[in-house]
Amino acid sequence: MRTGKLKTNNGCLAWLFLGPSLLGFSLFYLLPFATGFYYSLVDSPINGTFVGLHNYGALLKNPSFLSALANTAKFTLICVPLNMILSLGVALLLNQKLPGRNLFRTIMVTPLVVPVASIVLVWQAFFDLNGVLNFLIQALGYPSVDWMKTSWSRMVVLVIYLWKNIGYSVILFLAGLQNIPAEYYEAARIDGASRRQEFFRITLIYLTPTTFFVFVISMINSFKVFREAYLISGEYPHNSIYMLQHYMNNMFMALDYQKLTSAAFIMAAFIVAIVLLLFIVERKITNMIN
Amino acid sequence: MLKRNHRIKNILHLTVLLVLAVLFMFPLAVTVTNSFMSEQEIADNYDPVTDKNLSSYNGDTANHFARFQLIPEVVVLKQYYNVLIKKTQFLFMFWNSVLITFPIVIGQTIVATLAAYAFAKLKFRGRNFLFFLYILVMLMPFQVTLVPNYLMAGQLGLLNSHWSIIFPGIFSTFGVFLLKQYMEQIPDSYIEAARVDGANQLQIFLKIIVPMSRAGIAAMAILVFIDNWNMVEQPLIFLQDAAKQPLSLYLSRIIDGEKGLAFAASTLYMMPALLNFLYAEKYLLEGIRLSGIKG
Repeated sequence: MRTGKLKTNNGCLAWLFLGPSLLGFSLFYLLPFATGFYYSLVDSPINGTFVGLHNYGALLKNPSFLSALANTAKFTLICVPLNMILSLGVALLLNQKLPGRNLFRTIMVTPLVVPVASIVLVWQAFFDLNGVLNFLIQALGYPSVDWMKTSWSRMVVLVIYLWKNIGYSVILFLAGLQNIPAEYYEAARIDGASRRQEFFRITLIYLTPTTFFVFVISMINSFKVFREAYLISGEYPHNSIYMLQHYMNNMFMALDYQKLTSAAFIMAAFIVAIVLLLFIVERKITNMIN
Repeated sequence: MLKRNHRIKNILHLTVLLVLAVLFMFPLAVTVTNSFMSEQEIADNYDPVTDKNLSSYNGDTANHFARFQLIPEVVVLKQYYNVLIKKTQFLFMFWNSVLITFPIVIGQTIVATLAAYAFAKLKFRGRNFLFFLYILVMLMPFQVTLVPNYLMAGQLGLLNSHWSIIFPGIFSTFGVFLLKQYMEQIPDSYIEAARVDGANQLQIFLKIIVPMSRAGIAAMAILVFIDNWNMVEQPLIFLQDAAKQPLSLYLSRIIDGEKGLAFAASTLYMMPALLNFLYAEKYLLEGIRLSGIKG
């Protein structure tokens, strides 16, 4: 009887604590999301008639949407694995007893806190047709490349993404590495395991939860690279880095809300699908380990 | 023999780290040191990438390339004088950034601390589902909620005002997520003990949960500050009036005309975030680690 009473009290109280957040969340995220979905199903935002999935169908035939979708997918497929491999490498280096490793760690994280706009100048001067990179390349006897105005621009954005995001993943991997009990390695050494076996059979396996999380974060951050792409090359950059976000921003400027909201929901559906899939796979692997 | 191998390996690893460190710090170093150069020196270094006539000239002599120079020929504070005293525009924009960022940090800290407590320590119906929704929204790129948010801001009469950015910022679910992770680590026994002593929920929250979550709250505040100090997308859409835009957006616009000025402005702009980071690195790292703990 008493516990029952406590529990209901607890419930009411919970809603009080949650209240401010929930109110704002509903007003500025949930409700907009729902209305957004409505807009994607009608033919005009004001007094629109219901057209079902027509907007989605039209979008899937729209060449600039499709190329933006493909570019976003390609970019994510390249940058996420690269970010994970490089940051795991750095984390493994920093996990040893090396002099100055705390300083190195600080340096790796610093780009994370530097506002993108502050550094844009340097990236521009570096990758411009008459920029520093081409100077170096010509000095080595190769012809100049117009980095920002050819399909190389994808690599430019990739470099900036890695510069900015490696630190975050390094910290996560370091925390994961430090959570692996030292006994596992000792036991393996007694059994005569080689370094390589240790890495693949202990380190990688026990890092699984961390790795999944780094994957999600890297993916989310890969969508944020739009900031850099936008600041460096504006609303209409080279085709190869014309991302879904460029498309959506431009549809917004063109007041084409139907295309925009449909595109937004296709993107959201992709993200939810990937995250759910990861979640299931991760559960399976963790169960297998235990 | 083994020992020697070990030492060679260490030196190799240190070299790799050193090279990476230089590459990572280079863009920062260029920005800061070049802010002390004279307009003439900046022009000498960067004209090949700013002067449009020259850009179209496809020459192959070395003189036509931009140069990164780390050490100014003469250290001058002219650019800082220009930015801070001569052109009041910069200070206005800087102030806009402050006006947008601080309410978000303070507001989100309060709202998220309250909500995180409910998610971490109180039982209520639909808790897991609601938290799942919070996480989903956290994962979405800004553009996904762009139109609805815009229309909502219009309905509430917030368009072209800082509040159109501040409100969604305050209620961003990131802080709730991070602090829930932190508060879950607080043992229930503390709460039980306080309850036995006759403390009510508000007292438990204020006297136990908040003091014990101090590190988590600091971590959250720093991450939120950095993220919002850096914002580009929101003001681009919500603030048509250039006089209201934050410096993050304005910087990208002055780059073409006055490079020297832009270096000084950039340096000043990154200072709050950078100093914050150096002062509270411990908390920032803690925040990143927290974000990786499984809920």
